[in-house]
Amino acid sequence: MDMFRRSLLKGVSASGALAAALAAGILRPTEVLAADEWNRTAFDSKDAGAALKAIGASSAVDSKDIVLTAPEIAENGAVVPVTVLSNIPGTVSIALLSLKNPLPLAAAFDFGEGAVPEIQVRVRLAETTAVRAVVKTADGKFFATQKEVKVTVGGCGG
Amino acid sequence: MADPMKIRASLKGDVADIRVMMSHPMENGQRKDSAGNTIPHDFIQQFWVEVGGKMVIQGQTGTSVSRNPVFGFKVKGAKAGDKVVIRWRDNKGETRTDEATIAA
Repeated sequence: MDMFRRSLLKGVSASGALAAALAAGILRPTEVLAADEWNRTAFDSKDAGAALKAIGASSAVDSKDIVLTAPEIAENGAVVPVTVLSNIPGTVSIALLSLKNPLPLAAAFDFGEGAVPEIQVRVRLAETTAVRAVVKTADGKFFATQKEVKVTVGGCGG
Repeated sequence: MADPMKIRASLKGDVADIRVMMSHPMENGQRKDSAGNTIPHDFIQQFWVEVGGKMVIQGQTGTSVSRNPVFGFKVKGAKAGDKVVIRWRDNKGETRTDEATIAA
């Protein structure tokens, strides 16, 4: 599945043997994991910093070319509609995090040929939090933007 | 067996507007039932979107995605009549595949 080889979600949770192969320069990180591997490390991260690190996006640069649309106030944190559009050329992936959720990484999307780098998704927000969108480009750079959403009733417990 | 997805795909120019609702509880492992027992994790982890036989979007999801997930996508170069095939897989290994045809 060549078109997805630059996936945001691949190449970070390589096993020992693969890590050795990587270190030896045999395999490039982005080609290591099968496209159908769920990024457990990233989704199980309990704080946003760890989740961002797990997808390789710790050093994402703020960008005004990412349009993140979310309500200012969400009365029901269980269903918060969010739209992310990337106007950055060469966008291959978009990830979305709710920074204060118990498990911040909500979703990540990889785009193949033809896909417009724009996604709509409904997320849960546990409390008032910034929602952060992270974009990866084909040349491996990361960009991000975020928006604060006030939550009246949290959407995780109950 | 999970209920079918609702897939709607329409065309604006040569851009397909695809909306899908996946019927799934997306249990985050934090809720308790009426007896006070924790309801175990049960959530979609991955999905794949094909248009006209080509894989165009793949996604991974965690428990911060709402119950009965709704997604919207746009795909360039699509034609009326192209088939949209969406498949998901959850943490328990259950999968579901549904399809729709792009309306003119």
